[in-house]
Amino acid sequence: MASDRAPAKYAYFRHSLAVRILHWINVVALVVLFMSGLQIFNAHPALNWGKSSYSGASPFFELAHGFPSWMTLPGGQWLAMGRRWHLFFAWILIMNGLLYVAYSVASRHLSKDLAPTRSDWRSIGLSIRDHLLLRHPHGAAARRYNVLQKLTYLLVVFGLLPFVMLMGWALSPRLDTVIPGWVDIVGGRQSARTLHFIAAWALVAFVLVHVFEVAISGVVNNLRSMITGRYVIEKEHADGPQ
Amino acid sequence: MVHSKPSRRRFLTRLLSAAAAALLAGCDAASRSAWLPKILGVGERASRAAQHLVSSRRSMAQEFSVADISPQFRSNGTANPNDRQYQALAVNHFADWKLALDGLIEHPLVLSLQELRAMASRTQITRHDCVEGWSAIGQWRGVPLSAVLQLAVPRPGARYVVFHCADPMDEDGTKYYESIDFDDALHPQTILAYELNGAPLPIANGAPLRVRVERQLGYKMAKYIMRIEVVASLAHIGDGNGGYWEDQGYEWYAGI
Repeated sequence: MASDRAPAKYAYFRHSLAVRILHWINVVALVVLFMSGLQIFNAHPALNWGKSSYSGASPFFELAHGFPSWMTLPGGQWLAMGRRWHLFFAWILIMNGLLYVAYSVASRHLSKDLAPTRSDWRSIGLSIRDHLLLRHPHGAAARRYNVLQKLTYLLVVFGLLPFVMLMGWALSPRLDTVIPGWVDIVGGRQSARTLHFIAAWALVAFVLVHVFEVAISGVVNNLRSMITGRYVIEKEHADGPQ
Repeated sequence: MVHSKPSRRRFLTRLLSAAAAALLAGCDAASRSAWLPKILGVGERASRAAQHLVSSRRSMAQEFSVADISPQFRSNGTANPNDRQYQALAVNHFADWKLALDGLIEHPLVLSLQELRAMASRTQITRHDCVEGWSAIGQWRGVPLSAVLQLAVPRPGARYVVFHCADPMDEDGTKYYESIDFDDALHPQTILAYELNGAPLPIANGAPLRVRVERQLGYKMAKYIMRIEVVASLAHIGDGNGGYWEDQGYEWYAGI
């Protein structure tokens, strides 16, 4: 067979330097933002819906003692420092996000690697089945993002992250004055605080699934590709002559 | 697909956990350092600049309807100042209380509650956003700070308005102090409030006078005001950061 003569493995350059740097800055920023966010939450560990916390209705979510100190930054109750971490790294996340979007558009990373193709849309059912069965593409197919992966990244980059930022801005009494009353679109400032919290946990859920997928589809290979750029493909018989 | 051996996987997991623990310990240590809070403070300056870019000097805070008013307006921080002079004034329903205005002004003033009440007032139903995360909505009535400053006539070089309050905050007896710049001091919604929800301002919410700074967080809105000082610099106010909580590490600009 033709593939018997071909090398069994080959490496290719998967992630550009820009994507790798932006990815790891994002990791740091999201971890700091999440942990310092829990620190800030702990100063008033209750969630309300509406314009104020004191409308006569009781909070729909409450933690008697807040989140444990190992989950917060800094550890132990320290609101002032939690805010400093949070409001500094919020800027890092914004800058990083803007750079990422600018790079992705300019380098055509967005249109080439992330935008689903017509055949992607047709194979969505298969992709869902493969994910549920924990099957991962091998050979040449592993060179591309699969359709669920593409859609998830797009949803996080253009949906969840802008939303979590917007809900953070809604908590600012000054930004609320840009168009007075705009926070009422989501029900008011306390609704925005609740949505900011839920969106943060949705990001955690994304990260958990992301890390899980990285782990079961070859942790070393994936990590190496996000550090050095090099991703190793093992040729399979099923690849056929190419 | 590269299969990592179980031992390699375990090693990686342990390495990552150890690295995470060390990083967190490092972050905590850095939080207590002198340099890190300063670096992180860049975020405050960036936020302030950005917020001033996207909203005008006179941008108005949302005002609410009577139906939105919180049944009980939460009292936070000091609920009743532990101060003999203040308590004596409270016994008399603040009939003997006087607001002093001094500093960089042409006409130092002393105003009684009756004199303040006789001035043109503004009533507004606004949302109070505490740095802790909660909000409460109340109806405030008071004198625009700009009107009082107009009587006092700030001198050239005046940059900040400092509020000196009656409530002791610690065992040393340090009393609450706060400051705002003239953009906020002259803002139409910045009022010296003496009424909450149609009744005289309760002691728990800052009687007889508190300031409303509607585009910033609650700790900027000093309660139990005794004296207003106009200054050119905040260097000599407390530890130099412009307010009691600022000296404990909170931002002077509390727009978010």
